[in-house]
Amino acid sequence: MVLGTYKEALSARSTDKQIQKISQDGGIVTALLSFALDEKIIDGAVVAGPGEDMWKPVPKVAMTSDEILAAAGTKYTLSPNVWTLKEAVRQYGLEKVGTVAIPCQTMGIRKMQSYPFGVRFVADKIALIVGIYCMENFPFESLRTFISEKMGVSPELVEKMDIGKGKFWVHTADETLSIPLKETHGYEQNGCNVCLDYVAELADLSTGSVGSPDGWSTVLTRTDAGDSIFKQAVEAGLIETKPMADVKPGLGLLEKLAKEKKEKNQKTIDDRIAIGLPVPYKASTEKEDPLANY
Amino acid sequence: MLARIKEFLGMETKPETKEVASEEEVEKVAEEKPKPRIGYIHLSGCTGDVMSLSENYDILAPLLTEMVDIVYGTTLVDRWDIPEMDIALIEGSVCLQDEHSLKELKEVREKAGLVVAFGSCAATGCFTRYSRGGQQAQPAHESFVPIADVVKVDLAMPGCPPSPEIIAKTVVAAINGDMDYLQPMMDLVGYTEACGCDLQLKVVNQALCIGCGTCAMACQTRALDMTEGRPELNSDRCVKCGICYIQCPRSWWPMERIKQDTGL
Repeated sequence: MVLGTYKEALSARSTDKQIQKISQDGGIVTALLSFALDEKIIDGAVVAGPGEDMWKPVPKVAMTSDEILAAAGTKYTLSPNVWTLKEAVRQYGLEKVGTVAIPCQTMGIRKMQSYPFGVRFVADKIALIVGIYCMENFPFESLRTFISEKMGVSPELVEKMDIGKGKFWVHTADETLSIPLKETHGYEQNGCNVCLDYVAELADLSTGSVGSPDGWSTVLTRTDAGDSIFKQAVEAGLIETKPMADVKPGLGLLEKLAKEKKEKNQKTIDDRIAIGLPVPYKASTEKEDPLANY
Repeated sequence: MLARIKEFLGMETKPETKEVASEEEVEKVAEEKPKPRIGYIHLSGCTGDVMSLSENYDILAPLLTEMVDIVYGTTLVDRWDIPEMDIALIEGSVCLQDEHSLKELKEVREKAGLVVAFGSCAATGCFTRYSRGGQQAQPAHESFVPIADVVKVDLAMPGCPPSPEIIAKTVVAAINGDMDYLQPMMDLVGYTEACGCDLQLKVVNQALCIGCGTCAMACQTRALDMTEGRPELNSDRCVKCGICYIQCPRSWWPMERIKQDTGL
């Protein structure tokens, strides 16, 4: 199962015009975290908030919908959100914490919950993990370098960044630029190349643009908690949905990309094992399902 | 009782596909089994580990009275000689210049079924790794090492201190013979030379770091910052407990257990 265990797959978007305007795709992360906060399902959320440098996010504990809104939109670089979960529990005294996490961050959180060796009373305070799809990530200097040097535009002028149709897109006030994704591969962080998870398989629910039309997101609900929160937000009219069967390009594309990531990175894992480098995952020959996330 | 502990530990978050009968059976077996005899041995540590154990308020009383027998332990049991026991929780590193500690440790090893390095001082040496002797009241006490340097250890439960939850989970797993859950603790027995710099050496240098921030979250002394998406160690604050590397999702990966716990 290349998409992990899920209950339901839907195409969805926020019905809030303000969220639609500034969000990356369907605004699902922003809409869900705001809804969970308003409904007191969570007391606060760790998000990738704006920092001093444009496009260089810092993890932030958002206590209001406005702070969640301020963190909307994808930043294609590292924001160590897991770091700030403990601060949310200790300094902010939150009992129910929500967060947005890429697959590796979700893995860090879930491992901590199953084996909280040195982490005291944080595991039980994680109330909602909204996972986002992730193929790879860029260190900030990498991102800045290929945008300013390869694409010839200063990051400060960029209003939105996007990945789609095999290209990395940059939108400024008066132009839209793109470079083929393969030209960005040399800038990825290397640790991403052994990752077997494209769709945040261990989140409460996962979302991302792939599979849905522009302005919409594909949502996979996973745990009971994730499924229930999503359904409540739909019922409250904050999120509208369409069956995946009715949208293009559809779930097939998400499955295709997930499979491609797993196959490519399992090969990297096998190569590392062959030369004796450490890696926490098994060689394909030792696995029942060569595409499983372990 | 078992159900209460499971509930406390959040072990019943997923809908069970097996019938209720099997769960009752587990409970029955747990109740029929003789109570494991547990000893607590205090070597060179600060008592923080056993304090963390006692933070399991909700289950502590039934755990101590119904599920286990505490047969040995300073301040806990009025007994001077070391009895036979099933599980020995050993807190603190062992001082090579302290013949009494060495003797007690060796004797416990002979009398205990399972020896657990309880807390990072016993498991990795932790803070006592910095000792160089010359201090009051015992200037000759200079060399403190993880207990696995001196005796065979079966399980390591690092942490400075280990969280109340991991202690409860481990005790329950040991009582139920859940060896799958304990496997990482068996593997960690060999991890005796820990340091915050392991993140750089074993994760970043090995092209495994993804900048998730789990290490910095887990650090119990705030010795870690995240800079440019990578952990940055303030070695003045590092106590060499090993927790950052142990919690890193790229050091070892317990997928089976996570799937069980999340129902995914």
